[in-house]
Amino acid sequence: MTELASYNFAYLDEQTKRMIRRAILKAIAIPGYQVPFASREMPMPYGWGTGGVQVTAAIIGPDDVLKVIDQGADDTTNAVSIRAFFQKVADVAVTTHTADATIIQTRHRIPEQKLSEGQVLVYQVPIPEPLRFLEPRETETRKMHALEEYGLMHVKLYEDIARHGRISTTYAYPVKVAGRYVMDPSPTPKFDNPKMHMSEALQLFGAGREKRIYAVPPHTEVVSLDFEDHPFEIQRFEQNCALCAAHGVYLDEVVLDDKGGRIFVCSDTDNCEDRREHGHSGEMLAPSKEAAE
Amino acid sequence: MNDTPLFKVSGVSKFYGQRIGCKDVSFDLWPGEVLAIVGESGSGKTTLLNCLSTRLTPTAGSVEYRMRDGQFRDLYHMSEAERRFLMRTDWGFVHQNPADGLRMTVSAGANVGERLMAIGDRHYGNIRATATDWLSRVEISTDRIDDQPRAFSGGMRQRLQIARNLVTGPRLVFMDEPTGGLDVSVQARLLDLVRGLVNDLGLSAIVVTHDLAVARLLSHRMMVMKDGYVIEQGLTDRVLDDPREPYTQLLVSSILQV
Repeated sequence: MTELASYNFAYLDEQTKRMIRRAILKAIAIPGYQVPFASREMPMPYGWGTGGVQVTAAIIGPDDVLKVIDQGADDTTNAVSIRAFFQKVADVAVTTHTADATIIQTRHRIPEQKLSEGQVLVYQVPIPEPLRFLEPRETETRKMHALEEYGLMHVKLYEDIARHGRISTTYAYPVKVAGRYVMDPSPTPKFDNPKMHMSEALQLFGAGREKRIYAVPPHTEVVSLDFEDHPFEIQRFEQNCALCAAHGVYLDEVVLDDKGGRIFVCSDTDNCEDRREHGHSGEMLAPSKEAAE
Repeated sequence: MNDTPLFKVSGVSKFYGQRIGCKDVSFDLWPGEVLAIVGESGSGKTTLLNCLSTRLTPTAGSVEYRMRDGQFRDLYHMSEAERRFLMRTDWGFVHQNPADGLRMTVSAGANVGERLMAIGDRHYGNIRATATDWLSRVEISTDRIDDQPRAFSGGMRQRLQIARNLVTGPRLVFMDEPTGGLDVSVQARLLDLVRGLVNDLGLSAIVVTHDLAVARLLSHRMMVMKDGYVIEQGLTDRVLDDPREPYTQLLVSSILQV
């Protein structure tokens, strides 16, 4: 570890961590409010989770157990490299098991397994401003947040219904936090929105390029916006997971060949593995199991 | 007609450094009354309109508005939240260029519905029904409800902007050159429409225009501005038929006769 002597614990220097922790505390005090912070250059490109990494670096301690997921998976490039990064610069224990982790950094999914008190979920956020694509002026959107003028958010949902007959926004679905601020839950599928509501875990959001941190404290009301006659709905899947036969979880479509073959598998790999260990098997695994017997 | 004014303006001045935007303007506006502000470019019409509609803070003077509860409130002593709420419920503002007053990237229906959603309407069916109703009132075919204003002609955009402003049933509408940039026949139709709406809804309006024909058609009363001062005001017909100030006489005689 001598070549790492020039790095501070968890990469960032202590003053930077203090600055980020102050922003996090403020964010927790005002649920859903975007707190500006002096985002640093990180050894990865913008868009790869620089915000989430800074938040994790500011809150991680030697005793923490870190889990990193990318679209629910523990084994994709982004997840593997961020996990390796913290193993190297903070020498912390890492895991892929949701229940064992104290900090879970995520890019766009909330684990299927219910999070519990004491856990922290850190989101990597590309665009923190829910009103951005409707109102390009930052000065104006800040004013709208300050004065609680959120009519525009419904204009977007109205457009969805007018064009597609239903609210077709499937990710980054706007929510109202603690009855006050409208927040972009980062590009998580709206399937995960109900999990944010009254969650026991602390949820922190870091946007590195946009230099914003926001938070949802534990046991906070998170309501997805909708119309009375077009209520909020989550995605439903007809299929079960091809590997673990799970139903009512978020599934990814995997193309198998160029003849239209495809399967649906759990997006949350840890949950899927756990179920398979407990003896559940989907249609994809069933034949091979029989062959083995 | 009510005998208390809706809008009281006294001593409004706006200076841009040493230069005068408008100076010492005072008037009252009654419910249902349409006031035209005319003058050549640079005479301070738009500055005055912006000062009245809280888009620009005047250097001096007061602007009071009678709220729905009957109390007069000074616009510049209200909180910003109250002012903005007033602007999107009880007031309307029609821009000369419809692109300034519309959201060009959302459909016509959403443009009309935005104010309703801003004041808490959360029923899609009702919002859409109201939007449809308003589109037909401004003579836009209701099958265009899902088209973006980008696909509309200039005249249609302007009518859409009017619908968007009137949907919350405002009591006071500000118009800045509402017919500017439209060709003559479209202008005539728009003026006809606006006149009808103003009559039907009992609106008060302050219309800024350089076109005396617009003032003649729409307004009950008019003010003539020159170099930031109001030089003459009175009933529209009186001012246009019997102008007293030399400048007004010049304005009136400059109209081309066909």
